[in-house]
Amino acid sequence: MQSKVYLGIDVGSVSTNVVASNASGEVLGTLYLKTQGQPILAIQQGIKEISALIPQDAEIVGVGTTGSGRMLAAAIVGADVVKNEITAHATATLRCVPGTRTILEIGGQDSKIIILNHGVVTDFAMNTVCAAGTGSFLDRQASRLGIPIEELGQLALNAKTPTRIAGRCAVFAESDMVHKQQVGHSTSDIVAGLCEALVRNYLNNVAKGKGIVSPVVFQGGVAANVGIRRAFEEALGLPVHVPEHYSVMGALGACYLAEQIKTVSTFRGFDVADADCQATGVSCTGCGNNCEVVQFSLNGEIVAFWGDRCGKYGHNRVVASN
Amino acid sequence: MRVTFPHMGTCSIALQALLENLGLDVVPPPPITGKTLAIGAQYSPECVCLPFKVNIGNYIEAAENGADTVIMAGGIGPCRFGYYAELQREILQDLGLNVNMLVLEPPLGMITEIWHKLSPLANGNSFAKVAEIFYFAWRLGKSLDHVEQTLNRLRAVEMLPGACDRIWNDTLRTVGKTRTFRELRESAQHIDWMIKTLPIRQQKPLKVGVVGEIYMLLEPKVNLEFEKRLGRMGIEVHRSLYLSDWVCEHLLPEPRAKLHARKVKRAAAPYLRGHVGGHGLETIGHSVLYANEGIDGIIQVLPLTCMPEIVAQSILPRISKDFSLPIMTLILDEHSGEAGLQTRLEAFVDMLHTRQAIATGVEHRAK
Repeated sequence: MQSKVYLGIDVGSVSTNVVASNASGEVLGTLYLKTQGQPILAIQQGIKEISALIPQDAEIVGVGTTGSGRMLAAAIVGADVVKNEITAHATATLRCVPGTRTILEIGGQDSKIIILNHGVVTDFAMNTVCAAGTGSFLDRQASRLGIPIEELGQLALNAKTPTRIAGRCAVFAESDMVHKQQVGHSTSDIVAGLCEALVRNYLNNVAKGKGIVSPVVFQGGVAANVGIRRAFEEALGLPVHVPEHYSVMGALGACYLAEQIKTVSTFRGFDVADADCQATGVSCTGCGNNCEVVQFSLNGEIVAFWGDRCGKYGHNRVVASN
Repeated sequence: MRVTFPHMGTCSIALQALLENLGLDVVPPPPITGKTLAIGAQYSPECVCLPFKVNIGNYIEAAENGADTVIMAGGIGPCRFGYYAELQREILQDLGLNVNMLVLEPPLGMITEIWHKLSPLANGNSFAKVAEIFYFAWRLGKSLDHVEQTLNRLRAVEMLPGACDRIWNDTLRTVGKTRTFRELRESAQHIDWMIKTLPIRQQKPLKVGVVGEIYMLLEPKVNLEFEKRLGRMGIEVHRSLYLSDWVCEHLLPEPRAKLHARKVKRAAAPYLRGHVGGHGLETIGHSVLYANEGIDGIIQVLPLTCMPEIVAQSILPRISKDFSLPIMTLILDEHSGEAGLQTRLEAFVDMLHTRQAIATGVEHRAK
């Protein structure tokens, strides 16, 4: 018998994640790929690699996309569900950690907090104006200190006396760190201070005014960093749980959301991994808006438009769903 | 004298009609585009709010088209907006642009005070004539506001996607261009007819109230048309501020508007008693009124660094808790990346649908 498989794709600023799950919600395979500014290639790569992780005879019965590149991903693969990250993350977390009340999510370029009650999102917030509290910033600082990002957290745990680093602005934080280095603080103390600063910034900025109640789940790429996790636990005075698939929760949520689709999937098949995808930007001169319209074609055939305000090109039209 | 003015949603349309009817040579600023923003940001103080930057862009682009006089509102009170016109005047001077700035301070008393301010613009018209021209501009603004208000409600239930947007574009093209009472009446009637015959779905959509800083609410080019986005997601949008309300309340001896203003103030009183500048107090008052009217959610919109709205923002969580009402704050600046906005709106709408599903036991089916 053919096994039924759902795919979830989360195209974020830093990583493109793909998850495959079977009909009973078990995860068959996860992929965490760097987007590296080339989401189309990342999505195609993800499709190619995930096909190797699922049974040969599997039938794809639903595909969900999420993340800032969800429209693009939907156009490429022919998605059944296109959902925002908040809903996707909440869906995945509630399945993995039932009874979750607070989700702390820190990704590459944005961070969010989701408050749940009785399994329903009751409040959420995303970072507004500054990326100081996100993964990109940690990435940058790790490379400046010459430490692989994976080791940053462990290094922070070794700290004896974390130094204080300004947290509200990436520029302030960086100049603080340079100063602490120059006066001779150990790298581990500085990294621990950085973790604390990031957490402080997150709690003051993103989680401002939100009641954080246990159980608290911490996810997103940054959740790999044990230093940040400990800083959260200390700042909140609560245990912080990191789920097994913490780095691909958005994609997993998209998977679970695709399960709700009752119709036949519009998935284009794994061949799209090798298809010729072209996104062309056109500056529409139809009116004063001068919208930057993106025309997306697959193997020479135009399949989607987006970016227009007036609806002339069809609002958020993804041909798959039409 | 070739006059121009900053864009601010439908306000600039009414203002243009006013100035043209006065017989002045009007050079409207080109529509706000990325270029406007780029110019504005280049010549504005870095930490100033977005409206200021767009204004500067408008002036410079209008000056390139030959404008030599700018009409700008002034202000009093804690919001730094009161100082904008003066600062903008200096910036234009430093740029070597030969532009004269006419600043209209909000009158403390009646419309008569404006007469003195505007006398250079009266262009030899009699007081009675000017009053009539003012009245027309006000009627025009009011008609536009009325249509926009109606469409914000109907977009949620339109059968044909984009039908409301088309009516709105038609409105701007026809009603917006009228210059006489007769023309206005005729084209407004036509638009009314279009609205009445608009095929709509019979269902009760979720309602979202929109509060916040007035410029960001009124100017669709800078708020990334979030109201239309909500409408397309099947949300009935109720905006707390329209230009005609403001004119009604501040410029015209309209007792109903004054009563309404008092009502808003009273509603805000348990949370905020003093005026904090801009529309901070109104944001709180309207939020409480919306909550009492049984709205499903509230969205506050402000430009980055807006002091009055930051005060309001810090109070909103209490209102949210007291009325168990979702409230989301959107802070906008010169970014054109719409993905972030779209994500927040979609997530907010998803949350409202889930809440409703739980309250009614009926699951939402996507539009």
